[in-house]
Amino acid sequence: MNVLSSLQPILNEVTQRFGQRLESVRAVHPNEIYVHAKMELVAGFTAHLYRKWNARLVSLFADDARQTDGAFHLFYVFALDAAHGFFILRVPASPDKAEFASLTNAIHAVNWQEREVQDMFGLKLVGHPNPRRCALHDDWPEVHPLRKDFDLRTELPPFTGSRHDFRVVEGEGVFQVPVGPVHAGIIEPGHFLFSVAGEPVLYLQLRMFYVHKGTEKLFETLPVPHGVRLAESVSGDSSFAHATAFCHAVERAAGVEAPPRARALRTLCLELERIYNHIADIGAICTDVAFVTANMHALRLKERVLRVNEHLTGNRLLRGMACLGGVRFDFDADQFHALKQLLVELTPEFESLIELIRESSGTRDRLETTGVLKPEVARDLGVVGIAGRASGFNHDLRRDFPHAFYDQVQFTVPVFTEGDVQRRLAVRREEVYQSLAIIQQTMDKLSAGPVRVEMGPLPPDRTALGYVEGWRGEIFHWIRTAPGNRLARCKVKDPSLQNWPALSEAILGNIIPDFPVVNKSFNLSYSGTDR
Amino acid sequence: MLDILRKSLSTGIVTTSYPATPPEVSNRARGRPEIDWANWKDARPATAICPTGAISYEERTGRRTVRLDMAKCIFCGLCAEVDKAIRMTNNCECAARRRDDLVSSASYSLQSDGTHERMVAGPSTSQAPPGEQWPARGASLEAIGQQIKARAAKILGRSLHIREVDAGSCNGCEIEIVNLNSPVYDLERFGIHFVASPRHADMLLVTGPVTRNMELALKKTYEATPEPRLVVAVGACGCSGGIFGVNYATRGGVDQVIPVDVYIPGCPPNPHALLQGILVAIGRVEVKQAHGS
Repeated sequence: MNVLSSLQPILNEVTQRFGQRLESVRAVHPNEIYVHAKMELVAGFTAHLYRKWNARLVSLFADDARQTDGAFHLFYVFALDAAHGFFILRVPASPDKAEFASLTNAIHAVNWQEREVQDMFGLKLVGHPNPRRCALHDDWPEVHPLRKDFDLRTELPPFTGSRHDFRVVEGEGVFQVPVGPVHAGIIEPGHFLFSVAGEPVLYLQLRMFYVHKGTEKLFETLPVPHGVRLAESVSGDSSFAHATAFCHAVERAAGVEAPPRARALRTLCLELERIYNHIADIGAICTDVAFVTANMHALRLKERVLRVNEHLTGNRLLRGMACLGGVRFDFDADQFHALKQLLVELTPEFESLIELIRESSGTRDRLETTGVLKPEVARDLGVVGIAGRASGFNHDLRRDFPHAFYDQVQFTVPVFTEGDVQRRLAVRREEVYQSLAIIQQTMDKLSAGPVRVEMGPLPPDRTALGYVEGWRGEIFHWIRTAPGNRLARCKVKDPSLQNWPALSEAILGNIIPDFPVVNKSFNLSYSGTDR
Repeated sequence: MLDILRKSLSTGIVTTSYPATPPEVSNRARGRPEIDWANWKDARPATAICPTGAISYEERTGRRTVRLDMAKCIFCGLCAEVDKAIRMTNNCECAARRRDDLVSSASYSLQSDGTHERMVAGPSTSQAPPGEQWPARGASLEAIGQQIKARAAKILGRSLHIREVDAGSCNGCEIEIVNLNSPVYDLERFGIHFVASPRHADMLLVTGPVTRNMELALKKTYEATPEPRLVVAVGACGCSGGIFGVNYATRGGVDQVIPVDVYIPGCPPNPHALLQGILVAIGRVEVKQAHGS
C-alpha cells in the first residue's frame, strides 16, 4: 500500500488500536485512506482521531449503494492537516434499519450536514439535538431525492405542508425581525429571523436552501465532461475553484495527473478568482459602513481583473477554462503580457485603495470589534477559510495539501485571532498581496509543455476526493464512478455550508444595522450551500 | 477627505460610453456562436458535446431539423471545438423580446452515413411582431397587450427602478449585475437604479432557474410590483433553466412562473449584455438580429 510517509505513523497507530474492528484499510491514493467499519465505531474512531491526531471532520455525506452493496453508506472525511492526508471512514446503514447515530453533540460542525443526509436519503438521525428538516423545506412532501429510486425529473405535487417553526424568543421588549428570502441588496435568497431587544441581536435563526437546484442528483445523470460545466455553476463566484475540484476528483479516480503547465495555469486562474472576489468584498464591506468611494475604486479594480480573465479564458468568471486532465486553453505571449500588465497596475492601485481605507477612521471604527467570532467558537463550528483564519484557524489546503502548482511557490497564510470584521478584511488584504506574489512566481517558473492529457473512459466503481482551496475556503468534491463514463455520486462541499452557523454566533450582541457588514465580511455562498 | 478627493480626481473618468460605442470586450471573449448553416455537414458531434442541449436535432424521414437555442447556450465554445461550421464570436448583445426569437433552426436532407446532404429549409428565426404600431380594430388580445407594454416602456423609459430577484441563480449573474453599479458601467447615467423593494420597482430583473423553494417568493414579489411593470429574465438559467433545466427542485426558466418581457442570454451575461437587455425592455435600444436577416 503506497501511503504518504507523513501519514504512515498515524495509519500504524490507528490500525493497531482498532485492530479487527476495521474491516478494511485501503489507500486509493497516497494521501487518501479509506477505512471500512461498522457504524458502532464512528463515535470512537472520530473521538480518537480528534484527540490523538488533531483531525478535522471536513465532510460528512451518504451514498445510496443498495444496488451494489445492499446498504446505504455513510462517509466521514477527516483531514489530518499536519500529516497532509485524509482518512475516510465508511460505514453501512442497512435499508431495514435506515438510521445513523449523530455526532453533533460532540462535534457541532456536522449539525447541518447530518440533517442534510437525513433529508436527502431518508436515514433517520438518532441522538441529534435538533433533528428537524434542513435541506428540504418543511412544506416538501416526504421524498428523498438522493436515493437511487428517486428520479431527477420527478414532478412533485404542489407543496401544501406547514411553514417552518422557528424557535420562539420571548421576554419583555423582545421582538422578531424577519428578513428575506428576497433581500434588499443584489444578493442571493435566504431567510434570517432576528430576535432583538432594542437594537442588539439576541438570537439569529437562518433558513437556507432556497436555491436548492438538485445539483448533486444532476451530476449522476450527466456524462462526466458535462459535469465540469455543472461544477462551474455550483457557486458562480467560485466557478473555477469548483470546476477544478471536480476535475481533481475525476483525475484522481482515473489515476491521471494534469501536466505541470496545466497545474500552473490552474493556479493562475485560482489566484485571479481569489483576487477579484477579495477586492469586491473589501469594497462591499466599505459600502456597508457608508464608505462608498472606496467601493467605487474597488469595483473599478475588480473590473480590470475581470477583463483580464476574459482575455485569458474567454469568460470574465473564468468559465469554460477548466477541463478534465488539465485546462482547455494555453496562454500565448499576448495573454501573458496582459497578465503581467495587470500585476504592474494592480499592485500600486490596490495599495492605494488599502491606504484610503486605512486613513478613514470612521470605517475603522465600524469594523473593529464588530461581529466577533471567537476562536473557540470557530473551532467548535469547524469554520474554515477566510472567516476561520480571522479567528485563529491556521489552515489552508494550498499549504497543507498542495494541489495545482502550490508546492512550487512560496507564500504565507495570514492568520488573526481577534475574529472581527476588520480581521476578515485583513485576511483578504493580505491574501491579495500573497496572490499577486503567487501569480508572479508561477509565471516565472512556468515550463513549456502540454496543458492537458487525454482522459480515457473512467473506470467504474472508483472513489476519489478532489480538493481546492477556493477564495472563500476549502472546497471538496467526492465522486464514485459508475459504468459508462458516468458518476454514481458526486458530493459537493462548499465552505459556506460549514461557515453559515458561525454567522449566528458572530452577530450576537451586535446591532441590526451592523448585520449587513458582518454578513458581507463572511460573504458566504447561498448557492454553494443549497446546491 | 482631501486624499479621497485627490484620488477621485487623479483617477479621472472611467465610465464606458456604451451603447453609443461598441461593447468593450476582448477579441478572445466567447459570445454568440455563429453557425454556417448552409455548409453545415453534421450536427451530431456538436449536439453530443453541448452540455445544456442548446444545440439539438430531430430526425424524421431522412430529414434532420437542427435547433440552436440561445436561451440555453452558456457560451462554452465546446461545439466550435468539434465542428468547423461553428465559430464563436465575441458578440454579447443577444437580448430578445420573445423566447422563440432566441431559437434558430434549419432542416437538412441526410446521406446514408448520417451526415447532411444539403440544407432544405432555414436558417430561420421566428419573426417578432412589430412593436410600435397601434393595434387595428379587432386586433387580438395579444397584440393589444404588446401595445400596452410598448407604452409602459415609454412611460418608464426615462426613470427606471429595478428590483433584482435571485430566484435560484448560482450567483454568477449577480456578480455581473452588481458590476452595473460600478463606475465603469454606471447604470445611473441612464436614470436607472436598483431599489430595495419590489413595491418601489418598475422592473424585476430575475435570475434563475426558478427553484421550487423560490417559486412562491417570486410570484409574491411580482404581485408586489406596481403596474406597469416589466420583467427581464437574466442568464441561460433565467431564460430556460440552463444546465439545470427542469427537475424535482427547479421549474426551469423565469417565464414558467411569471410573464417575461425581455430575455438576456449568457452565462453570465456580461454588463454590456445586461445593459442592452434592460435598455431594450424600455425601448431605448433595439434588438440585434442574430444573422443579419
